[in-house]
Amino acid sequence: MEALHPHKIPGLVILSVSTETKLDRPFIDQGISAGFPSPAQDFIDLSIDLNKELIQHPASTFFGRVKGNSMIDIGISNGDLLIVDKSLEATDGKIAVCYVDGEFTVKRLKVEKDCYWLLPENESYKPIKVTAENDFIVWGIVVFVIKAL
Amino acid sequence: MFALVDCNNFYASCERVFRPELRGKPIVVLSNNDGCVIARSNEAKRFGIPMGAAAYQYEKTFIENNIHVFSSNFALYGDMSSRVMSLLSSFAPEMEIYSIDEAFLKFEGCKYLNLQEYGLMIVKTVTKSTGVPISIGIANTKALSKVATRVAKKFPEKTGGVYLIDDDEKRIKALKWLPIEDVWGIGSRHAKRLNALGITKAYAFTQLPDEWVRKNMSVVGLRLKHELEGKLRLDLDTIKAKKNIATTRTFEKQYTEFEELRERISTFSVTCAEKLRRQGSCCNALMIFLHTNWFRKDLPQYSRNIVMQLPYPTNSSIEIARFAKEGLALIFKKGYQYKKAGVIVMDITPEVANQISMFENSNPKHRVLMDVVDRLNASIGQKKVKLASQALDRTWKMKQERLSPRYSTRLSEIITIYT
Repeated sequence: MEALHPHKIPGLVILSVSTETKLDRPFIDQGISAGFPSPAQDFIDLSIDLNKELIQHPASTFFGRVKGNSMIDIGISNGDLLIVDKSLEATDGKIAVCYVDGEFTVKRLKVEKDCYWLLPENESYKPIKVTAENDFIVWGIVVFVIKAL
Repeated sequence: MFALVDCNNFYASCERVFRPELRGKPIVVLSNNDGCVIARSNEAKRFGIPMGAAAYQYEKTFIENNIHVFSSNFALYGDMSSRVMSLLSSFAPEMEIYSIDEAFLKFEGCKYLNLQEYGLMIVKTVTKSTGVPISIGIANTKALSKVATRVAKKFPEKTGGVYLIDDDEKRIKALKWLPIEDVWGIGSRHAKRLNALGITKAYAFTQLPDEWVRKNMSVVGLRLKHELEGKLRLDLDTIKAKKNIATTRTFEKQYTEFEELRERISTFSVTCAEKLRRQGSCCNALMIFLHTNWFRKDLPQYSRNIVMQLPYPTNSSIEIARFAKEGLALIFKKGYQYKKAGVIVMDITPEVANQISMFENSNPKHRVLMDVVDRLNASIGQKKVKLASQALDRTWKMKQERLSPRYSTRLSEIITIYT
């Protein structure tokens, strides 16, 4: 499993995980070195809690499952889990979960004066223009993508 | 000053967050076992479907008018409530969770705060972050803040969802507008009686002599009258609406252990169950909450609530305590010092209505047992007969044909996002 920022070039952070809801992993903050062990090593008080790392605003964070391939160039593929924060502003360039004419879709937002453009991240798909004619809301902003490998 | 925050058509709004196409469409939500209507969106109210209506009698109305019908999804409503409440708790030093969709905020020493603007900011933040629209009424007493919320809800365009009663002119105007039966704490019996006397609006009620109100409506009525006059009589946590019964306590000391809290929650449950039995009703859902001391900013803070949907209506102390303890186990976190906890029983239905169903009911033996317990406690004078920890292992099935997914609490039921 990997976790990556959709806005950035996928720099992988590999983490060991369990299937528990809350991920508490003991984490020893000491470089690997040979020789005399530091007595501080007994003092293991740090742990990685993915809930904390990946969810900045628990009250406004929801999950969604991806279906489709229009965003694969930034690493959002079929079956991935999206972490969506509803509290964030829908500004230009953000990867947003939108509700357009009856379904949820994830695209890169391009905000213009009188319309929105929903930009795919896959050459074989075309940008979608959204105007006042459409039943449209920006539902939330994608903050992380979780994918099973 | 007090602010009453109320979620607009809460259950319907929760469904709409994940089904945006239902915005502006009529929605009704049914009780446990899909028996009767427990919530209606504004659009559904227009079709004349009363609260508590038997669902089967309105089946035709539902179909003919394209009304979207949902089974009650308390996993969803409870989680959304939790989100709303946790956001609200960051806006005021003190808060009282009043029901699944209402909370009082208390602002003290906030003289220089522009409450109107602050209210609008709260509405904007909560509505955006959760998708659940809210309304806020602000005034110097709790009863008036309830009145103000009514105004805010009734005139959303004009008020932006926030109404502030901060002078006598506004207070009187609002009271002259509000029908007496819509006043917080005035039951239908008193409303009928007042109506018969020609008192149809809240304002006329406040013009009655204190003596008359005390004599005919007890000190509770008098307290309410004073509150509506702008005189402070109620602090956070003092009276509860009829649709919910709550037992909550601020502890004299701070509890850290699960066992200590379990004992408190168990006791609160028994008290709630007794109140239910006294008024001849059952509950269909429970809310359990706990939080740390908000005044101790030096300590780690934690606040959480959970709503348990019960598989059948009950007023058994044993059953309510058992579900409450299950709920507590789900929200309790070690490492915090808890200052307050409570049990709120919700979705209250009359006891008689429950006798019809054979398999989906509360254990009927409990009713007899509870009668005995109540009588014993009444005769001994104190709550001498208590619950030991009792295990109940019956499995229940509920009719929930129109249940929406648990979008926000189950990974297997989250929304699908197309790309």
